[in-house]
Amino acid sequence: MRTFELKKLQYLLIAAFAFFLLESCKSKGTQSAASGDASKAYVAPGKYDEFYNFVSGGFSGQMSVYGLPSGRLLRVIPVFSTDPEKGWGFSEETKPMLNTSHGFVPWDDAHHPELSQTNGEVDGRWVFINGNNTPRIARIDLKTFRTAEIIEIPNSAGNHSSAFVTENTEYVVAGTRFSIPPDDANGDVPIDSYKQNFKGNVSFLSVDPKEGNMKIAFQIRTPGVNFDLSHAGKGPSHGWFFFSCYNSEQANTLLEVNASQRDKDFIMAVNWKKAEEYVKQGKGRKQAVRYAHNTYSDKTHSATSTIETEITVLDSKELADLVYLIPCPKSPHGCDVDPTGEYIVGSGKLAALMPVYSFTKLQKAIADKAFDGDYEGIPVIKYEAALHGEVQKPGLGPLHTEFDNNGNAYTSMFVSSEVVKWNVKSLQVLDRVPTYYSIGHLMVPGGDSRKPFGKYLVAYNKITKDRYLPTGPELTQSAQLYDISGDKMKLILDFPTIGEPHYAQAAPAALINKNSVKFFKIEENEHPYVTKGEGQAKVVRDGKKVHVYITSIRSHFNPDNIEGVKVGDEVYFHLTNLEQDWDVPHGFAIKGANNAELLIMPGETQTLKWIPEKVGMFPMYCTDFCSALHQEMQGYIRVSPAGSNVPISFSMGKTPAPSAAK
Amino acid sequence: MKPLKLLAFFTLIFLFFLISCKEGVKNDTKPIDVQELTKDQPETHGTELKEGDIALSNPLDQTMVSTGKAAYELKCQSCHRLTEEKLVGPGWKNVTKTRQPLWIMNMITNVDMMLETDPEAQKLLEQCLVRMPNQNITKDDARSLIEFMRSNDGEK
Repeated sequence: MRTFELKKLQYLLIAAFAFFLLESCKSKGTQSAASGDASKAYVAPGKYDEFYNFVSGGFSGQMSVYGLPSGRLLRVIPVFSTDPEKGWGFSEETKPMLNTSHGFVPWDDAHHPELSQTNGEVDGRWVFINGNNTPRIARIDLKTFRTAEIIEIPNSAGNHSSAFVTENTEYVVAGTRFSIPPDDANGDVPIDSYKQNFKGNVSFLSVDPKEGNMKIAFQIRTPGVNFDLSHAGKGPSHGWFFFSCYNSEQANTLLEVNASQRDKDFIMAVNWKKAEEYVKQGKGRKQAVRYAHNTYSDKTHSATSTIETEITVLDSKELADLVYLIPCPKSPHGCDVDPTGEYIVGSGKLAALMPVYSFTKLQKAIADKAFDGDYEGIPVIKYEAALHGEVQKPGLGPLHTEFDNNGNAYTSMFVSSEVVKWNVKSLQVLDRVPTYYSIGHLMVPGGDSRKPFGKYLVAYNKITKDRYLPTGPELTQSAQLYDISGDKMKLILDFPTIGEPHYAQAAPAALINKNSVKFFKIEENEHPYVTKGEGQAKVVRDGKKVHVYITSIRSHFNPDNIEGVKVGDEVYFHLTNLEQDWDVPHGFAIKGANNAELLIMPGETQTLKWIPEKVGMFPMYCTDFCSALHQEMQGYIRVSPAGSNVPISFSMGKTPAPSAAK
Repeated sequence: MKPLKLLAFFTLIFLFFLISCKEGVKNDTKPIDVQELTKDQPETHGTELKEGDIALSNPLDQTMVSTGKAAYELKCQSCHRLTEEKLVGPGWKNVTKTRQPLWIMNMITNVDMMLETDPEAQKLLEQCLVRMPNQNITKDDARSLIEFMRSNDGEK
């Protein structure tokens, strides 16, 4: 009897247990949607994210800003590509930002953002990013989240190993992916004269510590290899910069095969402190070149583009102690320095192991002259002499490594689609998680600085295939957020990205959001065509040019009736937004304008150029919903024939006499 | 004896799952109050002015009248005429005769507070339907505007 009852109890328990198993991990509607791992990426409505994540837009040419851990898109900052939504590259003020020695270039391929650093720590002042195609570096001001400066890099093609900084942002670097004949040499040579005529280059751009302005301090001329990625030394290795190179075969065709012949390519170690000495001693050669340097002013609300004509070149062949080559297996991509500054990780994307070099050993090898001959005059260090050790069988296709604050490294494996966690000192693999799919770069907040913040890791994937609702042949690219606070990495969120995400950076929100500009003070507006108050609104004809000094405030333009404009005139609408409150931009659009809209921030002046080609009535209106009477924020421009004698007139709020007809 | 063992076993497993699922919900992030940080901004939001904060003097202070006029032209003229005509907001003619200086200054420097709490300000919003914007006018400039308004209303 007793046994029977116990047996019954037993069955009951089994049933209850099974039920519990089924129920316990099931989603329970929206209330508990954000439980378990998902709660780690959940940021409640109205709450802020913990980190800003600056993600390269790849072939979109822009930079996107996401919040972490939510993955919410906060802003797309136009950098190298025009953006009609914001008038970037369309307004008269922003056009000079996209000027180059090749003229106005409306697009680029943006790969590697890098936050400015002080003492090797992310300082939240600026973020740099490279333009890969027409070689450039841009600096974005994190007070305004706008591109403040773009500088072109001469003697280069494919500025890929960029835009990484030294530990006090003394320099931001560029490196040419394609070796090419230098800009002042004759480029009209047979392509198969590569080995004779093609040269490599890495550039060091100094950064003004206060204002951030960049200047090409010097370039180092190198053999004709291809530079891929780079990272600055830090702490003990401060003063050195490391660049990965491939195509040490110097192939000029079918690189897929011909640049993968040698067992080892190189990591190039540059002693930039030595370079500074050589420049000071006048050992650099002045080279005549042409490159554009564009800056944007928040006082005049305008950009200026200057063509610079000279740089200083240091020759790696002639100057001793400037450059050394460290053998690195099979076409290295990532070239990453750990937070202590002692270890340098090379990621040969075709290799089955990853070498980790020791800076101390490297210094000793240089002192002992532990060389394995030279490569076009540059000493090649004995592989073993600089080696700390190898990570054996980490995965397939190691690309890029970042670090946490506990001595661990995280490497992306493109071919085997995974992130591998390993210990920098012991070189033991600790954990691996799959990515979906084909991860390129990865990022830990502060993960390439002396002080990583750890906590999260984001994988930036090249392929998404079945991860999202399909959208025709072209699918979104994506990021995946992992919690790395424990021993095991845990996938907690997928989110789509704009363009193609390459590298990214992240910084704690508190480092940046307290400096965010809310509006521009109208009193400090120094734009040459500013209208400081409606009393100064006017329309002025100057030959074929018509300058319209127009203002906006909730919710009207002044003037909003304009006559006397003729076909073929060049009309410049200089719109000053008189608002002095946060989050009240006004927009400005004209029917048939062959460019874009303007989006004018409070206190700012922006100019839209319009060449009317037809006689008629052209409405204009505000595009950015500004108040309950936004729909009323509109006006007319009357366009008369070329020879017409309709005089310039303008008004706002004037009601016509009842019988007015003409 | 045996069933009891089984009971204990299931209880243990049950407890284990209970704990492990709990752990999933646990959030070890200590959120920083970033909302608080944004308040430290160089934006002028006045603190509420009280009776006694403003002193009017006669005759008018002419320096303040001209400072006030400049502020008007830069930041107020878009919406306020100097006549009785309503544009976006009411015309300023006689405003100093119908409103207390304290009310006007709070309207200029603390418009959000006024629209939340002051019935007269709310009435005006219903008439005009455009929230008066915060134009970042300092207390001193607002005081100068009062002087300019008084001058506009014929005071000497």
